[in-house]
Amino acid sequence: MAPVKNLREAYGQGLVALGKQNRNVVALEADLGKSTRSILFQAEFPERYFEMGIAEQNMASTAAGLALVGKIPFMHSFAVFASGRAFDQLRNAVCIPGLNVRICGSSCGLSDFGDGKTHQALEDVAIMRALPGMTVLSPADAIEVAKMMPCVLDWKGPVYLRINRNDLPFVTPESESYHIGKVWKLREGSDAAVFANGIMVSRALEAAEALAKGGVSVRVLNVSTIKPLDRDAIIAHAQGVRAIVTAEEANIIGGLGSAVVEAVRGVRHAPVDFVGVRDSFGASAENYEILLDHYGLTARAVTEAVQRLLATA
Amino acid sequence: MVNQDTVNRLRRIAVQLRTDVVEMIGVGKAGHLGGSVSLGEIVAILYFHQMRFDPKRITDPNRDRFLLSKGHAVLIQYAALIEHGVIPRAEIKQVKTLAGLLQGHPDMAKTPGMEAVTGSLGQGLSIGVGMALGLRLDQRSSRVYVIMGDGELSEGQLWEAAMAAPRFQVDNLTGIVDRNRIQATGPTKDIFDIPNIEQKWEAFGWQVITVNGHDVAAVIEALEAAEKVKGRPTVIVADTVKGKGISFAEHNAAFHNGIMTEEQYRQAMAELDARRAELERL
Repeated sequence: MAPVKNLREAYGQGLVALGKQNRNVVALEADLGKSTRSILFQAEFPERYFEMGIAEQNMASTAAGLALVGKIPFMHSFAVFASGRAFDQLRNAVCIPGLNVRICGSSCGLSDFGDGKTHQALEDVAIMRALPGMTVLSPADAIEVAKMMPCVLDWKGPVYLRINRNDLPFVTPESESYHIGKVWKLREGSDAAVFANGIMVSRALEAAEALAKGGVSVRVLNVSTIKPLDRDAIIAHAQGVRAIVTAEEANIIGGLGSAVVEAVRGVRHAPVDFVGVRDSFGASAENYEILLDHYGLTARAVTEAVQRLLATA
Repeated sequence: MVNQDTVNRLRRIAVQLRTDVVEMIGVGKAGHLGGSVSLGEIVAILYFHQMRFDPKRITDPNRDRFLLSKGHAVLIQYAALIEHGVIPRAEIKQVKTLAGLLQGHPDMAKTPGMEAVTGSLGQGLSIGVGMALGLRLDQRSSRVYVIMGDGELSEGQLWEAAMAAPRFQVDNLTGIVDRNRIQATGPTKDIFDIPNIEQKWEAFGWQVITVNGHDVAAVIEALEAAEKVKGRPTVIVADTVKGKGISFAEHNAAFHNGIMTEEQYRQAMAELDARRAELERL
């Protein structure tokens, strides 16, 4: 059977597998189960599935209560609500005691293209990253989602997982063993390093391909664990190159770009530029591509950022 | 009928808990006196009579859970845990200090015996619902107690939880509303009046019992009645006096988080001592 390309579907299937593996896995939903694919878990384990209604704050604190009696709760909503509507609940009841609550931020970034800015999460990376002890993950494709899930089950402390709504191209290798926290090198290169995650990994690889035709060698790194960030790995991959570009489907304020610059502080490094959303909310659009183009989340934007930095280096 | 010796013992414990709270706050420092001591009898009853709680085994998975959604009243919970020997008595002198174990609000990462992190108001009932659901999944007979303030009832999340618990037919959960009718900046009826509290809980699907929260026998009877309710949760609306047992703090919003002078501290201790002596003569 060919692996699914849809990240939500991969997530839902992964959650069912965890449910089979561990009877303490429980799921909470806020009336978006068909979309987040938590309904796959509901079908298998109805007694361990809690439809909490459209009440994300109560869902988050209820998840904390379940974790406090030994359960491993996965709570679901769109990323914008999971991180924003329930922020105070996650901060206090979950992060202060470091509980094993897993937050599925589904339809992350601009991926819910039709619903517009109220439903698109561009600040979630910054606000989740700011919570002490919160792990923040942003997988690049369905293969990575599938590999991530068992690691999420065993991980100590809260985890925020960004799940794209759409089918994304396969970019991560199937064979490699997986662990949270690793910076994955997907393409070797010596002139520039591009640190990307989520949908921007495939676009960074496209950019590297285009730049190679012009004789520019670009290293592409998948930083699917934004926090805890492997600082040594980021510094090592930033060494020797003449340009560093980050690429993310999030506000550049507080996102992956910020995290990479935080990592390389205090060491000599090449100039850095960010590809991401520039302090803006999203919008409704006919399709995802149009929206990504509109906000400059393209292979071309990555290519141009590399070229611009190399020209000034 | 509740045994009179039990009632008298718990009344004395309540006075001791209040005394501990006054000692914790001390002189010249702000502390949540009023809403802590309004819970004197309720906390004494839960920790020294009603709950399955073994101070030697505070992580026993079969224990009952005590959640203070109105986390600012945690001083009264500290007092109970000090009297049980779970928290060292020496900590009474270093509440809200960097070196101490006792934070301004319940912090399970720091303080033994705390069941959750609460204090950002309106969240405790939701946490309690989660615990109750998890305990039921594991077929444990543990009960979850969640104490809320009447001022806190203006938090919307609390009503989300109030809807959720009956939906899941949670009956191992007892809510307690400490209806002392004073919130941080004044009487609840002036600040944010919430009329017909009992009818609201009933409409959300809860069994509701109203009691005098300082009447030990009545509170015990209410807690026992709550245990017998099947298929839905119970809330006990406990009418209490904010600042109970300390005359200058009673019904006084200034002592929601007030500062006692040396003279007030002495007066509080004298009044509590007098009450203790009175109870010992019974």
